[in-house]
Parts: sequence; C-alpha cells; structure tokens
Amino acid sequence: MAFFIETLIGGLLSGVMYALVALGFVLIYKASGVFNFAQGALVFFAAATFVGLLETGLPFWLAIVATLAAMVVVGLATERFVLRPLVNQPQITLFMVTIGLTFFLEGLTQMIWGSQPRALDIGIEDVPVEWLIERFNISVSRFDVFAASVALVLFAVLAVFFQKTRIGRALRAVADDHQAAMSIGIPLQQIWGIVWAAAGFVALVAGIMWGARNGVQFALTFTALKALPVLILGGFESIPGAILGGLIIGAIEKLAEVYVGPMFGGGIESWVAYIVALMFLLVRPEGLFGEKHIDRV
Amino acid sequence: MNATAAASAAPSAAASTVLAVNNIEVIYDHVILVLKGVSLTVPEGGIVALLGANGAGKSTTLKAISNLLAAERGDVTKGSIEFRGTRVDKLTANELVRMGVCQVMEGRHCFQHLTVEENLLTGAFTRKQSRGELAAALESVYHYFPRLKQRRASQSGYTSGGEQQMTAIGRALMARPTMILLDEPSMGLAPQIVEEIFGIVQDLNRKERVSFLLAEQNTMVALRFAHYGYILENGRVVMDGEASDLSTNEDVKEFYLGLSTAGRKSFRDVKHYRRRKRWLA
Repeated sequence: MAFFIETLIGGLLSGVMYALVALGFVLIYKASGVFNFAQGALVFFAAATFVGLLETGLPFWLAIVATLAAMVVVGLATERFVLRPLVNQPQITLFMVTIGLTFFLEGLTQMIWGSQPRALDIGIEDVPVEWLIERFNISVSRFDVFAASVALVLFAVLAVFFQKTRIGRALRAVADDHQAAMSIGIPLQQIWGIVWAAAGFVALVAGIMWGARNGVQFALTFTALKALPVLILGGFESIPGAILGGLIIGAIEKLAEVYVGPMFGGGIESWVAYIVALMFLLVRPEGLFGEKHIDRV
Repeated sequence: MNATAAASAAPSAAASTVLAVNNIEVIYDHVILVLKGVSLTVPEGGIVALLGANGAGKSTTLKAISNLLAAERGDVTKGSIEFRGTRVDKLTANELVRMGVCQVMEGRHCFQHLTVEENLLTGAFTRKQSRGELAAALESVYHYFPRLKQRRASQSGYTSGGEQQMTAIGRALMARPTMILLDEPSMGLAPQIVEEIFGIVQDLNRKERVSFLLAEQNTMVALRFAHYGYILENGRVVMDGEASDLSTNEDVKEFYLGLSTAGRKSFRDVKHYRRRKRWLA
C-alpha cells in the first residue's frame, strides 16, 4: 500500500509540472483563441536565458528579473509583429504561424546561448523528504514537493487575477466575444499583449522547474507535447482543467508504468497519456472543464 | 413634406448636434459597397431611429460610427463622422468609448461565461474608478434594471433574451456614455419585453440625458419612442422626418407598418424610392 501511495504521489507531483506547461497554452487560447504551439519553445528560451544569465555571474534574483523582462519583451513582440498583422485571419493560419514561431525561437535560443545541455541548480536537492519516510515510510522527492508548491502559488495568483481584477475580467471578456469586448472599449491588442507577456512568465516558471529537474536542453521544447494530453483532458480554456488534467495524466502515467507496464515489457510511461487523451476525445471532446458552448434555441 | 420638415429642422438643431454623419460610404472586403452616402444627425438628448428592412445598412451605419467595421473587413471610404464637432472616423473603438460613444450590438453579445454582474463590470473597463465609484455605478444600473440585480450571479449565457438585452445595455451604461448606438434591441424578444426595454431607453434618455441612435426593424415600436427617424433602403437614406410625421405617412404605413387604406395591392403598383439628394462626389 505504501508503494502505491508513493507512486501516486510521485505521479501527482510530476503532473503538476505538466500542468505548469499546459497553463501557458490555456492563457493564450482562452484570450485569443490561438493554439500557441510555440509554448514549448518559450519554455526552452526562458530556461536557457536564465541559465545563461546565471553563468555570466548574475545573482539568482537579478537573473530571474532579467529573464522575466526578456519573456515579456518576447511576448509583446510576438503580439505586435506576428499576430497583430494577422488579426481576423483563419484559426489555421494563426496556428501555423505559431509553429513558425517555434522554430524561430528555438533557433534564436541556440544562437544566443549555444546548444549544449546545461545543468540548472536552484538549491533544492532531489532527495526524499525525511519526515515522510520516518512517519509513513513513503519516499517523496523534496524537489517535486517544492516544484508543486511553486506551481500551486502560481495557479492561485492567476486565479485571483482572472476572477477579481479589472484586467483579468477584460481578458475573460475578450475570450468570450472579441467584438463585444471592442464595443465597450476594451483594446484587444493591449489585452493580447498582456496575455502573451503572462504566458512568457508562466513559461519562465515552467522552464526553471523543468530545467532544474532534467537539465536545460533542447528537449525542453517537447514539454509542449507532454502538455497536449493534459489539455485534451482538462479542456483548452480552463485553468482548473489544466491543473486537474495535469494531476490525472501524471498519476496515470506513473501508476500505469508500475502496474500495467510489465505486461507490455515496460516503458509505457511515455505514450500511455496519449492513449488516455485519445479515449477522452471520443467521449468528451471539450475536456473535463472545457467551456460548454452555450446555445440558445 | 418630409423633405421640408428635415430641411427646416436641421439648421436649428445644428447648434446642439451630438453626432453628425456626413455622406459616408462603406465598402466591405474592398468590393462590396454597402452604404452609398448616408447622412444623418442626432441632436443632444434625442432618440433617433434608423429604420429599414434587412440588409438596408442599419447595422453597418452604426458600426461605421463606433469604428467596429475594421473587425469585419469593412472600411469607411468616403464622408466624415463628427461627434460633438470632432472628427471621430479614424479613432479606435476604445478611444470612442472614452469620448462617450458606446454601441450595444445586434444580438446582444453578452459575455456568456461571465456572470451578469461581471458583464456589467467589464463595461467600466475604460473608466479607472475606485471600488466605491464602481459599486455606485453598478447600483445605478440596477436601479434601471432591477431584474438584473436578481440575476447578478447567474452566468449570462443562461439568462433569458430580455435579460441579456438588459445586460448588454447596462454594460454599455457602465462606460458612462452620453450617446448609445443601440442595434436592434427588439430582436427575438416578446412584445412585452420589447415594451419594457424601450421604456427603460426612454427613461435613460429623459433622466440621464443619454442620446440614442437606434437601428430597428420594428418600425411601429421605434417610431413610438423615437423623436426623429431616418429610413434606409439599399444603403441610402430615402426618407427622414419627425417620428410622428413618419408614422402617419401613407408610404411608411404601407411599406413598413403593413397598414394600407387601399386594401391589397398588386406588385405592379409598388413604389420604389429613388435617392432624394445627389451629392457632389
């Protein structure tokens, strides 16, 4: 039983990390209806910039602030130079342009910071939490607990921002109905700029956490692919959906690996999430928390 | 008769004109000519009705004024629009709302996943005000629409059509406009609700001195509440006059109110209006 709980907790904690990436997608999709394929590249860019700045000898906090500034600039520039000229274009055009953006960002990152993998040490060791071993005899990584706590704080901040603030309400309004939002004087471009900057911020947090766990390398861009099943499960427009979707996918991955994996000779962790997502698409395509289309008859 | 009435009314009203649209032409997608020279004025504190059939150009006129055309690939190619003496045709919708012109779009366009109260609050986006001022503004909207207060916590997508129309108007009011462009408020609503909404419009006009430009297909109701009316056909103003004159005009009665003294007519006898004025282009 202790082993089951240990696997479950490990799964849930890694799920939070997936949710962290999924959140970036949700932000942009919610406000502008664009599926931003470049979110993974943003994560990579953020992590590489952060490590690069640390290596130049910048203190930790200063590096965070500088990277954050860089992310905001990238976000605003994307809105201004890529999306604004394409306003009113079909969804697929916007989607394609984010794929282009992905390659551009990947190239830019490697051009500036080089392509060799680097380690990122944020001072939290990947060792079991001792008192959990003593009390319950289960081993949970300290790093995972820390990452999950950071993610939860981030989720809470975003939830309050969306529900309680003037800008947050405007973001949701724009997500619901562009035209109506314009008619009451909400400037769409400004709102999209804010959203892209926020997605950059989320990418930074995700980049630091993932980078610290797996090293800062090109593979970070693939976190975007990991976020896909999370989004399908949780719904593309929902922040709680991204969190719950992440938790479920994380838990399923680890449990399936341990209990079902041996039947297939192991190694199912990397694809089982996609199978789950596929099944989910057949049953509930809008996801657990996706916005139901409200139709009046 | 109507032409002379308009001509005599126009110069005297010019001093207190809130909105003046001068001979605008609108083209969609660079090819589709929708408005072919529309001119109209709205006096301070007036309710002006823009009447006409489907596709006559009523909504396009309103969107041209509120600068929402760009989002539909429309463009004002000729003419000018002035609000209180300032050219506004090159402003963004955001700047226009700040100046006090707000549009309530056709089909209500509430933010469906936001609650009624959140919908209203978004209307105040352009006004940076304190919490207390915001609450006071909400209260004054609830004063005109008590029904919204009861439903304040409901997701607006699940409220009735009438409530959504009220939400849309209330949301516009939160921006404290002096001029509201109201597009087809009666659409899809029961006669009783239409009556209620027009009553509130009249109330707002009298008590808050908000001027209204109102696009309506429901000619009967619109002429009852409006002071002045313009009739659009195929992107042109074909007739205008005091609301009371229009509603007694034989042609208006026949074409738009379905009232005719002569009984059923053959299509052969149907009149077509030609445009009244020819502008120097």
